[in-house]
Amino acid sequence: MQDDLLNMDCRELRDGIAAGRIKSITVAEAVFERIEQYEPIVGAYITTFKEHALAKAEEIDAQITAGKQVGQLAGVPIAVKDVLCTTFGATTCASKILENFHAPYNATVIEKLLSADAVIVGKTNMDEFAMGSSTENSGLKQTVNPWDTSRVPGGSSGGSTAAVAGRLCFAALGSDTGGSIRQPASFCGVVGLKPTYGRVSRFGLVAYGSSLDQIGPITRTVADSALMMNVIAGHDPADSTSVDEKQAPVCDYLEKLDEPVKQLKIAVVPQFNAGAESQVQTAIADAIDVYKNLGAEIIEIEMPHLDYAIAAYYIVATAEASSNLARYDGVHYGHRSENAEDYIEVYSKSRAEGFGKEVKRRIMLGTYALSSGYYDAYYLKALKVRSLIRSDFTKAFENCDCIMMPVSPTTAFKIGEKTDDPLKMYLSDVYTIAANLAGVPAVSIPCGFDENNLPIGLQILAPAFGEDRLLRIARMYEARTDWHKKKPAIV
Amino acid sequence: MAKKIDQTQVRKVALLSRLELTEAEVAEFTGQLSAILEYVEKMNELDTDDVQPLAHCLPISNCFRADCVKESLGTEKTLGNAPQRDGEFFKVPKIIDSV
Repeated sequence: MQDDLLNMDCRELRDGIAAGRIKSITVAEAVFERIEQYEPIVGAYITTFKEHALAKAEEIDAQITAGKQVGQLAGVPIAVKDVLCTTFGATTCASKILENFHAPYNATVIEKLLSADAVIVGKTNMDEFAMGSSTENSGLKQTVNPWDTSRVPGGSSGGSTAAVAGRLCFAALGSDTGGSIRQPASFCGVVGLKPTYGRVSRFGLVAYGSSLDQIGPITRTVADSALMMNVIAGHDPADSTSVDEKQAPVCDYLEKLDEPVKQLKIAVVPQFNAGAESQVQTAIADAIDVYKNLGAEIIEIEMPHLDYAIAAYYIVATAEASSNLARYDGVHYGHRSENAEDYIEVYSKSRAEGFGKEVKRRIMLGTYALSSGYYDAYYLKALKVRSLIRSDFTKAFENCDCIMMPVSPTTAFKIGEKTDDPLKMYLSDVYTIAANLAGVPAVSIPCGFDENNLPIGLQILAPAFGEDRLLRIARMYEARTDWHKKKPAIV
Repeated sequence: MAKKIDQTQVRKVALLSRLELTEAEVAEFTGQLSAILEYVEKMNELDTDDVQPLAHCLPISNCFRADCVKESLGTEKTLGNAPQRDGEFFKVPKIIDSV
């Protein structure tokens, strides 16, 4: 009975709560009971808010009993990545430097979740400052993949995807700078959407690569992704890069979700896909066949600059990171070294003690790329390559509705397998990075399993601000397959 | 082939980044950053002479708001996370040497 409850999707759950058929408090208690049982195995959360959440659930039940209107996520237990500022609990970014940081304001998406009457369960683990592809770079704890606890959940939003897959919440928020929502979603067999750059406010999202970062939903179904977008999308005066709704109106992403896109034209990039493991390639080809059987036209295209995406990304992202992370100075907030003799050492020792290795590496790489004498060769060059990558997308979308490709060249890898070789880890981001450089939306949906019963994700990329059609296309596949209904053995 | 970046350069970048590194870290980062930079040079296969750099994907610039007074955080909240404070101030070690 309780398992049935935990396996419901957000929409069913919310409607059941709003209609008084299900008590919000029953749901919240069930989630925390599950967290007590499985969180010691999965390690998805940095902080949980049991008392807070149960009180909020009771408040929602009272409102419903009193006949009051409730929000779109009324009583739905939701987890948020610990890169989002909250006035309750710490906001750590899984870094020792922010371990005791208490944000003085809520991120805009947090305010939106609260106004939609969501019950925020806790804050999830991640690679430190969202830098990584396995959540192994967390400075605070380890998260494992619910499908195989000897493997990584992916990253950097690995805590969020593990929590959703492990039924430790019903949906979660993540952030995606180079694939950090989509790749862990594919590793954990859930739906992960990176919206168009500018669609969701970044206010209160701790910055990593500001021209690439975007917040998005991690859910078990495409409909839940649409529901979450209905809550979080839209212009925010506090984020000057969030887009004006006159320019790109936000729509009701659920309204037409079940209407298939007519005369769908899908592009594939055969040469680029060849780099994936054969089982991944087969799963992607089978998924595309499902669309073909639905009447979609499949065209083969070339995107000659995609092969340069990783190179451009690791310069652009680290350059932006080196600037963004200069704020951790041991003066205003965050860790301050007790061994500093003078003010320079306050900076250099606090940062040395507070940051983990990957963060240091990226700060150094970015600083180097921006330094005098190297700026043109690295940073400027990367911005030009970025421009070429974006034109590949512009050209491609003149001739198709969406592009399909793998999310990751492999399924979830073993814990420790890539930690000694940062470049090897970077190369695993090959399929996800381009969407961030071009600013376009992309989703990962479950599309099969490999021989080790590890989930595989199908990535669908669409033109900027085309989330409504993107989700409809994703839904066409989901409606005809059962992959999204499969559960990890521990569930 | 010569390394893309040597230990002296790594030390200089660490100084610019205000990161105190151990000798072991200098050695480790020199090797890793060299490998990454070598990979990144792949970009040089592309002729980009006539390409405009793209720093940002959105066609928006100069987002202004009305110049009016709004509520701000206030002293207590602003200083709430300070590692060390002295009344209404952030406390830091002495910056100017005494004469």
